[in-house]
Amino acid sequence: MADAYDKLIFELSSPGRVAWSLGEADVPEADARTLLPAKHLRRDAPDLPEVSEFDVVRHYSRLSRMNYGVDTHFYPLGSCTMKYNPKLNEDMARLAGFAKVHPLAPEALAQGALQLMHELARDLAEIAGMDAVSLQPAAGAQGELAGVLMIRAYHQSRGEKRTKVLVPDSAHGTNPASTAIAGYEVVEVKSLPNGEVDVDALARTLDTDVAAFMITVPNTLGMFEPRIIEITELCHARGVQVYMDGANLNAILGITRPGDLGFDVCHFNLHKTFTTPHGGGGPGAGPVGVKAHLEPFLPVPVVTKDGDEYALDWKRPRSIGKLQAFWGNFGMLVRAYTYIRTMGPDGLRSVSDNAILNANYIMKRLEQDYDVAVPGPCMHECVLSARRQKKLGVTATDIAKRLLDLGFYAPSTYFPLIVEEALMIEPTETEAKETLDAFCDAMIQIAREAEANPAVIHEAPVTTAVRRLDQTKAAREPNLRWTRGR
Amino acid sequence: MPPRYIANTPDEQKKMLGVIGAGSLEDLLVKIPPKARLARPLSLTPALAETDLIRHLTALAGRNANAESHVSFLGAGAYDHYIPSPINHLVLRGEFFTAYTPYQPEASQGTLRTIYEYQTMIAELTGMDVANASIYDGASSLAEAALMAHAVTERREIVLSRAVHPLYKRVTATYCEGPGVRLRDVPAPDGLTDLAAARQLVGGKTAALVVQTPNFYGCLEDVAAAAEVAHAAGALLVVVADPVNLGVLEGPGKLGADIVVGEGQGLGVPVGYGGPNLGVFAAKNELVRRMPGRLVGATVDRDGKRGFVLTLQTREQHIRRAKATSNICTNVALCALMATIYLSTLGRRGLVKVGELSTAKAHYAAERLAKVPGVSLRFTGPFFKEFALKLPKAPDRVIPRLARQGFLAGVALKTFDRALADCLLVAVTEKRTKAEIDAFAAALEKAVA
Repeated sequence: MADAYDKLIFELSSPGRVAWSLGEADVPEADARTLLPAKHLRRDAPDLPEVSEFDVVRHYSRLSRMNYGVDTHFYPLGSCTMKYNPKLNEDMARLAGFAKVHPLAPEALAQGALQLMHELARDLAEIAGMDAVSLQPAAGAQGELAGVLMIRAYHQSRGEKRTKVLVPDSAHGTNPASTAIAGYEVVEVKSLPNGEVDVDALARTLDTDVAAFMITVPNTLGMFEPRIIEITELCHARGVQVYMDGANLNAILGITRPGDLGFDVCHFNLHKTFTTPHGGGGPGAGPVGVKAHLEPFLPVPVVTKDGDEYALDWKRPRSIGKLQAFWGNFGMLVRAYTYIRTMGPDGLRSVSDNAILNANYIMKRLEQDYDVAVPGPCMHECVLSARRQKKLGVTATDIAKRLLDLGFYAPSTYFPLIVEEALMIEPTETEAKETLDAFCDAMIQIAREAEANPAVIHEAPVTTAVRRLDQTKAAREPNLRWTRGR
Repeated sequence: MPPRYIANTPDEQKKMLGVIGAGSLEDLLVKIPPKARLARPLSLTPALAETDLIRHLTALAGRNANAESHVSFLGAGAYDHYIPSPINHLVLRGEFFTAYTPYQPEASQGTLRTIYEYQTMIAELTGMDVANASIYDGASSLAEAALMAHAVTERREIVLSRAVHPLYKRVTATYCEGPGVRLRDVPAPDGLTDLAAARQLVGGKTAALVVQTPNFYGCLEDVAAAAEVAHAAGALLVVVADPVNLGVLEGPGKLGADIVVGEGQGLGVPVGYGGPNLGVFAAKNELVRRMPGRLVGATVDRDGKRGFVLTLQTREQHIRRAKATSNICTNVALCALMATIYLSTLGRRGLVKVGELSTAKAHYAAERLAKVPGVSLRFTGPFFKEFALKLPKAPDRVIPRLARQGFLAGVALKTFDRALADCLLVAVTEKRTKAEIDAFAAALEKAVA
């Protein structure tokens, strides 16, 4: 039964309530109003809530119950790798020697943190078959920006003025967006109906203006690109750099490596493959790996090791610069490091094996009731189409909403764009067979309901905190902050 | 031992393969060409048992000076502020912690409501109309603001004060490289932006003037005067501000800022060796459709009940692709949640108290430390919680000495500005005590003697 709670913290405010504890000033001159010129001072105290500590705890606890998370629900959101986030990671990230270290502490007094970063970069390089890794990018999209800027700097260093980057029509939206910010014209390349790269068309498009080709492996239909080595060789023959979007790395750990496939750059989403929490939309971490010819262009600083001493190397004149103020989302790096050390090489390999097994199991169990976008076997995710259901008036959105009532978060919908009524399902390796079975049973039930009783689908969801929301109203009459009395 | 994060047993795998119609796991990899396969195991450290791994990581952590092992006066964009206990307990609730971007709003109302609260609080503090759901950190927020100003004004220059955090400027330069936006510097000779020089530089090509207050050196800038300079040339004023100070300091929006960005780490987020942080981004209403990042709006559900959704998404990369206002996707929602709980906890009076205590203690410390023989305040203008000290000995030699006495003395300014090679940037938050400051002054006296 849905929780009927409908408060915002502002609506709990009662003047005079206190949730904080700060001592009185122990220094002589304590009044900021005499210490600072009046023109800098706020005229009125900020309009923030006045609540008790218990008000805060109960309010946010109740709000949390309006969310589905991986801890509470199967979360088959394709391309997002919503796997279990180990609790040990959290304990380690909260050690004072990690969580309470200032980024500008003297390097000699941060050797443990630097060692962890150095080892993690080395491990990620090994996993991806790359020569060097920067841990600085804050998320996948920033990793992409860093990668494309390094490619740009590389071409410029060779006196080449290439102006275009090719991106398949099946790509994540961040690919063209990052490429555009890096100053390139984005050229969309049509994929074959099965989602694979049209190699002949690619060959015709690869002219001397093309700086890079950016693709996702396995692709966004969950399939391995069978001609990938041929593609990277073709690109290199034309002087084109090849970028791999690492969003789907969970499928290939220990099976194949982007570097060995011929990629020059790839990013990692630590919040996907390497179990750092998604947090309701971040923070993530998007380290970027490169081959040796791009190493001079890595963001500064780079963590170096000399004997037993670790340091931050800023003297890199060809660097693309910086992406965030400090060294990266270090807290996420601690979690990813903990995870990699927990799993070891064999464990990581079994991650991909089981991710692939689980996705194929779902695909097989649902192939009678839904159209499969591309015949299997798939890699770590499978893409279904609800085109059959749409003819009965039931869309991918409707199916997603009905799943919420049946106790599951929804797959990604309408992505990739090249599949009609797409339902992109990524179970991950951490889910057990009985969960997959329960999910498949629910999906089959919905397919039957689409035929016999679509009303129950169109009504959905009815068990969540709210029912379907008016998106049009939200966009037409933007209400982006609470105001008193509204 | 099979890894504990994978449920499937060999028996279950066999059953599942049977349903699939595959003989083995290897049969599922047929689409990968043999020559693409890795022929050896990954060369990584073998798996460690939980207790061994804890021992290893505890040893690594033990090699890092931190706010528990030392008394910290480090700032320069990351501050040791009070973090109320409930924050950590609440963000660890799996429903918040392990959810993702609220693509299905009906099953994500918890996240959406907290972001709406966050947007409200940040808009209130900064004195702006709207705030987004967050950018990665203060530096990337400034970079996004620069690109936004360029897009809004269709002008190609950003004029930055030299008193803006140098690392923020570095990040902004990285983001401006592709679009060909040029950065120009305004000097800040006495620790304050030279607004007369700014007036010379800001012109018809200027998309935005950028100032920070308190600036990198801790000094308070005249935001209203900077706004006048920017607006006279038809440029936007972008102000970098730390929201934790805005209980006491006026919201830049009230002083004429068009965009306010900043680092929100002080709002309940641990310093964590520099990340994750919280990029704050707020703007005037008329700029909302050009803003980067997620926005949450209130609406109603089918039954007329209040609910919240991601809105104005046609700005974003997953809809607009190459024409999006930004490439940002995953942001820092959990840090925004920490800040929301922080601001709920501190509330109207607590945030003022944090600012007042920080100011009072910083001013006491400045006075006390400037009495150490040979030590003086480098700048004379009004400052907030941070100030530059001129030392009679090289900061690089003084800092390790003080570290041995248990103090993280501050940030040596040499790496940021050669003209300040003899200066140490000292930050004092409400957490420092008079006794700590006095002991620090005594230790500094010995270290520079």
